[in-house]
Amino acid sequence: MKEPFGALSLINKANCMELLKKNKKIFFNIGLLLVFVWLLITSYSQSKRKPDNIGELLNDFSWLGGKWPKWLDLPLMKWINIGFKALNEKYGYIFEAINNFLLYILMLVKNFLIQAPWPLVILGVVVLTYFASGRKVGTTVFVGFCTFFIGFLHPIFWQKAIETTAIMLIGIFLCVIAGIPLGIAMARSARTRNIILPVLDLMQTIPSFCYLIPGIMLFGLGAVPAIIATFIYAVPPLVRLTDLGIRLVDKEVIEAADAFGANKKQKLLGVQLPLALPNIMQGVNQCTMMALAMVVIASMIGTRGLGDEVLLGLQQLNVGRAAEAGIAIVLLAIVLDRITQSYGETLQERTTPAKKEKK
Amino acid sequence: MSKIEINNVYKIFGNNPKSVLPMVKDGATKEEVLEKTGHTVGLDNVSLKIEEGETFVCMGLSGSGKSTLIRHLNRLIDPTDGDILIEGTNVMSLNTESLIDFRRHKMSMVFQRFGLFPHKTVIQNVGYGLEMQGKTDDERNKTAMEKIEAVGLTGFENQYPNQLSGGMQQRVGLARALATNTDIMLMDEAFSALDPLIRSDMQKQLIDLQSELKKTIVFITHDLDESLRLGDHIGILNAGKLVQVGTPVDIIMNPADDYVEAFVKDVNRAKVIKAKIIMKPSNESNNVNKDNLVKVQEDQFIEEFLPQVVCTNANCEVVDKKGNTKGYITNKELQKSLTKS
Repeated sequence: MKEPFGALSLINKANCMELLKKNKKIFFNIGLLLVFVWLLITSYSQSKRKPDNIGELLNDFSWLGGKWPKWLDLPLMKWINIGFKALNEKYGYIFEAINNFLLYILMLVKNFLIQAPWPLVILGVVVLTYFASGRKVGTTVFVGFCTFFIGFLHPIFWQKAIETTAIMLIGIFLCVIAGIPLGIAMARSARTRNIILPVLDLMQTIPSFCYLIPGIMLFGLGAVPAIIATFIYAVPPLVRLTDLGIRLVDKEVIEAADAFGANKKQKLLGVQLPLALPNIMQGVNQCTMMALAMVVIASMIGTRGLGDEVLLGLQQLNVGRAAEAGIAIVLLAIVLDRITQSYGETLQERTTPAKKEKK
Repeated sequence: MSKIEINNVYKIFGNNPKSVLPMVKDGATKEEVLEKTGHTVGLDNVSLKIEEGETFVCMGLSGSGKSTLIRHLNRLIDPTDGDILIEGTNVMSLNTESLIDFRRHKMSMVFQRFGLFPHKTVIQNVGYGLEMQGKTDDERNKTAMEKIEAVGLTGFENQYPNQLSGGMQQRVGLARALATNTDIMLMDEAFSALDPLIRSDMQKQLIDLQSELKKTIVFITHDLDESLRLGDHIGILNAGKLVQVGTPVDIIMNPADDYVEAFVKDVNRAKVIKAKIIMKPSNESNNVNKDNLVKVQEDQFIEEFLPQVVCTNANCEVVDKKGNTKGYITNKELQKSLTKS
């Protein structure tokens, strides 16, 4: 009696698994539907404006016409507020630690650059450009003049520009150490990409004030929320371009690496990353430009720097001052763009299959 | 034991290849499968044996599955079903680590569009396989230089691939494959991207190298002349099916079906067929007129002695390397072999 029954249950179990596997998509959609129903029920039960009796809704269909019914309201606001408060109270020390750490590094960078004699800083920028651009004299001289003009426009701009740059540098550094590995992970697996892509979309579309202000609540006024905001705003292009760069590496070259027995690490470090580097540098370039834009906006939450000057000029209706600061920002943008851009170009020259003139 | 053995390999591309497999095994055609399931049949029950030291040419039009087939040998592509035995080892049974080891030491590959690393110099490219094998820098550079010399690129070792012409780039590809000193070389349309003169040059170079090295070469091409020139055996693929395997002469003289026949229709037979293939053996040639004879080596192609025969209106005496008479060729045999059926 027992044996046939056991066999039967086994078959049933196997069948069930099979059924589950085959109709994965259907079950997933049913799950989503259940979540939706659950959201409807909770929002209805938590709503204060609901009718006394649920039966009224079935007798009187006036709620289907005209305005959106007041009881059909997802209490997301409440949930986020509760969550945010709990986060702030329970894990405040973590944010404080992050705050202190970032502030410490920021001060190091800033003080170093401010205390250094200004001609030396210009010289440093010039030397950096010279080597990054593959010894192009034109670019180097141009960048040198741009750097000089930042201070030349207004003496106070020199220090402000350094403050802005320091915040940016740290923001970009965070972007690079988080963005490149994320990009690599995305290039490696389609599933990871499907998870990360919507997050990147969210980061790029959500208005920056939505995270600037909560940033203040978590980290306090000043530079650190600006760094965090910079990170959120500037990291998506870097992640995307790293992912794209790696996936765009010639398939046959990857096959060649495989065919000669490269393991995953050798393939990544020896072939994929070097060949994706022009694209990754383009990502760093985009990241830099967006970081600069964000640092300027962040002056509205009390971050010091060039954006601060624009704000001040506008508040005093001093158009000249605002314009001057605006030009200084553009100059800073040009300097940073030339340095990162030309580095990418130098790399690209070698890796594109375009034929050079032969001797 | 054959060097390479492929047994009943199927490859189906699509979302759920396993589910389509029974249908393909039941003999559904490529078009039917595509229409009914949206899956593409890459290989359909392919079995073949490749012996040690021979050059096996796999030929077919684009889309016939030849590049897919060659990628199965080093498992750049996994088959949907079937076994692949290399020196008796089933490559399907290898785990990741032993597969990598296998690729490092057993096989090397040459690619259609060269597959060179654009960020590495010629010598670094050639030494790549050795780098993967874990050889020291000195050893690597020494072997790489030898191979660069062997393909005639001395002096270019510190150039980048994009500074070289197509033909030179493919020489680098060839040198890279030779450097690892593997028994088996896979060549995926290796010369297809080159212009005709350079291609014929490279074919000659490959033949010369092969006569010294005696590697097992699997060569993919869509060019019949190339396959006749290089191949000891030729396999012809059509829509994922292997329609005929044989020596170049087999393929030309006895095409298995219309597809192969269409392929070989325009071939210059005089260029491919050797004297010994068409001669009448001596013991059957008693009634041949032996007054006016031209001596012909048994390995000569028809085109090499044809002008002489036409001018003198003579019969041919076929001799081997030692000068022993092996048989005779009369106008009748010549006519038969050169007439297109």
